[in-house]
Amino acid sequence: MDWWLKKKTWLMRISDLLEETYTALSTNKARSALTILGIVIGIASVIAMTAIGQGAQASIQASITSAGSNLLYVTPGMQKGAGIQISSGRGSAQTLTQADADAIKGSVTLAKAVEPELSRRYQVTAKGTNTNTQVIGTVQDYSDVRNVQIDLGSFLSEMDISGQTRVAVLGPTTRDDLFGEDSDPIGQKVRINGVEFTVIGVTVSKGGSGFNNSDDAIYVPISTAQKYLAGDQYVSTIAVQADSADNMTAIQEQVTELLLQRHKISDPTQADFSVMNQADIVATASSVTGTFTTLLASIAGISLLVGGIGIMNMMLTNVTERTREIGLRKAIGAEESDISQQFLLESVMLTFIGGAIGIILGWILAWIVQYSGVTSTQVTWDTVLLAFGVSALIGIVFGYYPARRASKLNPIVALRFE
Amino acid sequence: MIQLDQITKSYANSSEEIKVLKGISFKIEDGEFVAIMGPSGSGKSTLMHILGALDTPTSGKYLLDGRDISSYSEKELASIRKEKIGFVFQAFNLLPRATVLRNVTLPLIYMRVPKKEREDRARAALQSTGLDESRFDHLSNQLSGGQMQRVAIARALVTDPSLILADEPTGNLDTQTGEIVLDTFKKLNQKGHTIILITHERDVGEHANRIIHLRDGLVVKEENLAYAHK
Repeated sequence: MDWWLKKKTWLMRISDLLEETYTALSTNKARSALTILGIVIGIASVIAMTAIGQGAQASIQASITSAGSNLLYVTPGMQKGAGIQISSGRGSAQTLTQADADAIKGSVTLAKAVEPELSRRYQVTAKGTNTNTQVIGTVQDYSDVRNVQIDLGSFLSEMDISGQTRVAVLGPTTRDDLFGEDSDPIGQKVRINGVEFTVIGVTVSKGGSGFNNSDDAIYVPISTAQKYLAGDQYVSTIAVQADSADNMTAIQEQVTELLLQRHKISDPTQADFSVMNQADIVATASSVTGTFTTLLASIAGISLLVGGIGIMNMMLTNVTERTREIGLRKAIGAEESDISQQFLLESVMLTFIGGAIGIILGWILAWIVQYSGVTSTQVTWDTVLLAFGVSALIGIVFGYYPARRASKLNPIVALRFE
Repeated sequence: MIQLDQITKSYANSSEEIKVLKGISFKIEDGEFVAIMGPSGSGKSTLMHILGALDTPTSGKYLLDGRDISSYSEKELASIRKEKIGFVFQAFNLLPRATVLRNVTLPLIYMRVPKKEREDRARAALQSTGLDESRFDHLSNQLSGGQMQRVAIARALVTDPSLILADEPTGNLDTQTGEIVLDTFKKLNQKGHTIILITHERDVGEHANRIIHLRDGLVVKEENLAYAHK
C-alpha cells in the first residue's frame, strides 16, 4: 500500500485536476477553441494524408496482384542495383526475342505457362473515333495467366497466333472510347497504326486504375503485332507462370541461366535482361508509395508542429495572466508539482480534444476523397493511435515549458504581480 | 508557538547590500492576537513573508511549533504553508470564476482531503466567519468586498492552521466593513486561533491584544493592549 499512498500524495485527485482544468479552459473559450483548432487541423491533415497515401499503396498492390498469380516477368534491359526498372526497361531495349520465349517454354519444365508479350502505345481509330492506347501483342495463354475474362465474343486462339490473323480483343474502356459505352463491337473493324483489325471480343472490366490499367488496352496476336506493327521479332516482356509459389525461385534461376546462356553472357551482373517476380514489383511499388505517404505525412506534420507552437503560445499567455492566481495557490500550500500538473494537464487536454476532433475530421476528409473518386483511401488503426499519441505528446512537449515556468514562480513576486 | 531569534534579511543589490531586517526577536504564544505595525519601509512585508514561510531569513532562527524552519527548502516551505499557515491578503485573492465554496476548499484540495470532508469543513469555516449561507454557491466575484474578505478568512481558517497571517486585511474596505472583518478576527481569536495582523494603521492595530512596532528593520516597541479590551 505504501507506493499507492506515495502516488496519492504526489498526484492531485484526478477529479480535482479535471475540475481545475475545465474551469481554466472554459474561462477563455475563444482562445481555447482557436488553440484546439490548430491541433485539429494538424491531426486531421495527418490522418487524411496518410489515408490517401496508404489507399494509393493498397490499390497499387491490388492491381499488381490482380495481374495474375505466381508470375515472373522477364524484361529486357539491365537490372541496376536494387532498384528495379518499372518504367524504363520495357520496350526501350530490344534484347528479348520470340525465340527466347520459345526456349523458355521448351526447357523450363516447371513453368505452367509462358506468355511473351509485345506492348506499345499506338493510335487506334474506328469509324471516325480514335484513341491512343496500349496495344498488347500476346498469346492465347494470356487470359489464364493474367486473369483476363471475356465479356463478349472470345479471346485470341492458338489459330490466331499461328496464323498471324489480324484480330483484336478490346478492353472495356477502349471499347467505350471507340464504339460507345456498352456497345457490341464484335465484327467491327479498328485500325491500329493504319493496319485494319477485326474485333473478336471484349474483356471483363478489372477495375484497374492508375499506373496499370488493364481495361484500357487492345489485345492482338503477338505474331501479328511483330509482323504488321513492330516489323521485327523482339518481345517486350515474357511472363512465366509457375505451377506453385514454391517453385518461383527455382524457375527464376532456370530462366536466368537459360537466357544468360542463350545471350552468351558469362557475368550475371552484365545480364541484358532482368527477371522479377511479383513480390519484387510489389516491394518496389510499396517503397515508392511509402515514400509518397511519408512525404504527405511530413507536410501534414508541419501543420501539427505549428499547432503545437500555438499550444505553447496560449499556455505562456495563460501563465502570465494567472501569475497572481499561481502566487495565491502557492501561498495556500500548492507545491511545484501541483502547479505543473495543473498546467500540463491543461495543455494535454487541449491537444487531446483537438486530437479527437482531428481524427474524426480526418476520417471524414478521407471518406470524401474516396467517394469523390479522386483516389481510394485507407484509415488504419495504427494511424489513428499514432495521431492520438502524437497529439498527447505535443501537449506534454509544448506544455512542459509553460508548466515548469508556472511552477517555478516565486510566490512573493507572483502575489505582487499586477 | 512562534519564536523569532535575531532574524535578518538582506537583499543583494548590484552595488550594495540592503538590510531590510536587522535582527528581529519576539515570541508569539498560541492563541494570541498580535498586530505588527510600522510605516512603509519598516520591513513589515518582508517580516510577513518570513513569518508566512514564503521566504527564508538571511540569518537567525524561526521556530514554528518547535521546528526551526529558517533554512527550509522551497518544497518544505510549501508544506509548512499548507499545514500551518493561513493567509488573508489585502486584495482578497479569490479565484473569481469559482464559487465561494470552491475557493474555501482549495487549500484542502492541496492537502488531498476527500471531497465530502472538504465541503463539510469549508461550510463550517464559512459559518464561523458569519457569511450568509445563501452566498456559499455564488461566484466569488459576485460578492461585496466585505463578503469576499470573509471568504478569504474562511479559506485561511479551513485547514485549521497554527497561525493566521492577515496582511492589511482592511486595506481595500471602507471603515464600516473593515470593522466587521476585524470583528471576525476577534471572534476567531476568542475561539483559540492565533492571529497576526500586519498593518500601518493604528486603528486597525488596536483590535489586537498586543502590538509589535517595527521601524527600519528593528522592533522598536511592544505594547500590551490586553487590559484595554477587558
